[in-house]
Amino acid sequence: MQYVTSTEQLAELVRSQARVRVAGGGTKSATSRLANVSLSRLSGVLQYDPEEYTFTALAGTRLEEIDRLLRSKSQYLPFDPPLIEAGATLGGTVAAGLSGSGRLRYGGVRDFLLGARLVTGLGETVTTGSKVVKNAAGLDFPKLMVGSLGKFGVMTELTFKVFPAPQSCATIVLDTEHLAQAVEIMKSLAISQLDLACLDMDSSRRIWARVAGIREAVELRAQRVLQLAGGRGTILTDQQDADTWQACREFRWVPDEHSLIKVVITPDRIAPLIAALENLPYRISVGGHLAWLAWPRLRSSQELDQILHKLGCPAVALMGEWPSPWIGDHQENVFEQRLVMALDPNNKFSLSQPAGA
Amino acid sequence: MDANRLEEFRTQLSRLFPAGRLLTSATQVASYESDGLTAFRDRPDAVVLVESADEVVDTVRLCHQYGVPFVARGSGTSLSGGSLPIPGGVVIALNRLNRLLDYHPSHGTIVVEPGFVNQHVSKHAAQDRLYYAPDPSSGPVCTIGGNVAFNSGGAHCLKYGMTANHVLGMKVVLPDGEVVHLGGQSLEMAGPDLTGMFVGSEGLFGIALEVTLRLLPQPERYHTVLAAYDTLPKAGDAVAMVVASGLLPGAMEIMDNLAIEASEAAVHAGYPLEAAGVLLVELEGPEEEVAAEIPLLEKVIGESNAYEVRVAQNETERMTIWKGRKCAFSAVGRLSPDYIVQDGVVPRTRLREALDEIQRLSRKFDLRVANVFHAGDGNLHPLILYDGRIQGQLEQAEQLAGEILKMCIRFGGSITGEHGIGVEKIDFLPQMYGELEMQLMKRVRLSVDPSQLANRGKMLEVSAGKTDHKHTPHPLEQAGIISRA
Repeated sequence: MQYVTSTEQLAELVRSQARVRVAGGGTKSATSRLANVSLSRLSGVLQYDPEEYTFTALAGTRLEEIDRLLRSKSQYLPFDPPLIEAGATLGGTVAAGLSGSGRLRYGGVRDFLLGARLVTGLGETVTTGSKVVKNAAGLDFPKLMVGSLGKFGVMTELTFKVFPAPQSCATIVLDTEHLAQAVEIMKSLAISQLDLACLDMDSSRRIWARVAGIREAVELRAQRVLQLAGGRGTILTDQQDADTWQACREFRWVPDEHSLIKVVITPDRIAPLIAALENLPYRISVGGHLAWLAWPRLRSSQELDQILHKLGCPAVALMGEWPSPWIGDHQENVFEQRLVMALDPNNKFSLSQPAGA
Repeated sequence: MDANRLEEFRTQLSRLFPAGRLLTSATQVASYESDGLTAFRDRPDAVVLVESADEVVDTVRLCHQYGVPFVARGSGTSLSGGSLPIPGGVVIALNRLNRLLDYHPSHGTIVVEPGFVNQHVSKHAAQDRLYYAPDPSSGPVCTIGGNVAFNSGGAHCLKYGMTANHVLGMKVVLPDGEVVHLGGQSLEMAGPDLTGMFVGSEGLFGIALEVTLRLLPQPERYHTVLAAYDTLPKAGDAVAMVVASGLLPGAMEIMDNLAIEASEAAVHAGYPLEAAGVLLVELEGPEEEVAAEIPLLEKVIGESNAYEVRVAQNETERMTIWKGRKCAFSAVGRLSPDYIVQDGVVPRTRLREALDEIQRLSRKFDLRVANVFHAGDGNLHPLILYDGRIQGQLEQAEQLAGEILKMCIRFGGSITGEHGIGVEKIDFLPQMYGELEMQLMKRVRLSVDPSQLANRGKMLEVSAGKTDHKHTPHPLEQAGIISRA
């Protein structure tokens, strides 16, 4: 593993090496398994303008540092990045395209990334996007980076939009009797005017709905969510509320010896997906648009790939060993291939294992 | 292309379309010669009025086979000349490709064809109290296809983002006729965000045939405040104070005196005519939340030295306030025979400086500039008034516009927040980005479209001689149907 500390050093490395696969904090082992370059020392906040709602930081900066900094000014990253305590970095989060439960309200990582400095496969350093919250000039390379697992370029510097943090939050926990009922409650809450910050369901069909805002309003709104859902449930506030989502963000529900998988779904796929999983631990998130699965490491990766394929769900494996982290309904199309040809013509960033390795 | 081959191309095209949907004569194509950027005008070889996605694909394939450039066009409201025809090329008119293909209220998604009108999305979703957030001022007529190509914005971008943030998936035809699917029906994705890369590519990557949009629950309550100030900087400072208070309004808009004057003459929304600047702030959200935010906003506005504050008491009053804002641009046509509108972005904290600079430039060039802007996200909309009949005034106005764009770059902002580069700002993109970035964009373009057929001459190519053009109001603008904000 080679550690780089500057963009220039990284560009030089890309120019001189045949293959460059990057790791950040190493929290998503399936995506950084073949890494030969680490960005964990390319770290630090370069600019933070609370009044502009923006900050720029090096790609290897840990989310924990960003989180602490933003909190000090009562701001936050509304896409709710996961694995903060585990040590995930900004670059790794963008490359893996990961947003947390809180992305329900204002959008995911793609919606808050404004600019990216990156090194292409030809070793060029380009500054793309912008540092202001609104920009329609030129091609949107920052968005292309989201979820790309580094196949088009290596990000070295990132600019994000942030929002003022809500004053207070509360979580409504609803027990449901069967899956169909849970899905119905979830669907109706997701499109309600209650403006939920999070809407998840765990493996025991318990629904977790979160409201955020001004303290006195939050209490009233939590009561309303409870009423709308039939009145049976409990409300968590303050530390209990915070602990709940922290545990969720760090995936503490994933048992040992299991790999974490992100599966893209729509609400009508919840039931078929759960039926196909046969009692494996899962968490449905973002009002039924995202499922997190825990897949036993000893079970065949092909088996899950096939299940997801059959359901028409694209997915990305985050932990464990997989022939490719992209599983399920994922096919590289000709548009993607042409973008690779322009950004990385020599396939230096390819995810496939090099021959003979 | 030699004459025989051109004839062959035309024959092939006439086999794809009945005579009534293939326009070739000068009179037939006249209304397609220009778009919202009326200063530019070019005659296409043909215009095809497509009615199905297959017809789009067939046309693109034919163009590719014969090396004929093509431009997709919706309602032609682009303010950067995004749908300006290419001489000798084909205009693929998409207005009739306007079906609603799928609607999933419980998923918060809708699938439409590119010719679907922006505001019709929210109208359709209103039955389930859902709406489509991006709201360009041309919303009543502009189409989703055009919104996708130019990543349109509106008045709510700070909180909700632009078009790219609301497009989940697409079926598109690439410039060589290949059809691919990008993204999907979910809010989440696995794999690179190709959808995000396609949105805002100004037609260079081909044409969207189907678009999946995200719908949001309608806010339960709005609280709309209009505050009047005796100096424009005070209005700007008020924005900074709102931001510092921790509130996140859905919209924050500022208009200066000249813009107020124009707007009042046109729509009589009741804005204070003597104000140097007005600030429009709108809170939105669940009933209880807005109720709790109102006293906070009142306090901030109270401390901002506004000399008059009005609060919309009902939906009618709210819509009137918004009408005054949204019609401001078309109204400026009453003050001046011609005008240029820019949409550069500056960091919000430098708004005051930017306005001072615009005022200085206005004096220097001796041209009036009206200002309407999305203050929440630093997106300026200076309207430079001039009279094209006066020798040299157009050139002066264009020079002033250029100076404003350069200022935006200098301040670390962007040359366009929502109108796009098109043909209008093609010379300024290389000033905002460096040589390597421009090379990369060109390489990507050539990799996707080696013959540069798709919307040739927009965003990335050097514009041809800009002669004989005038920034007159678009016919729809004169009628007050659309505006340029």
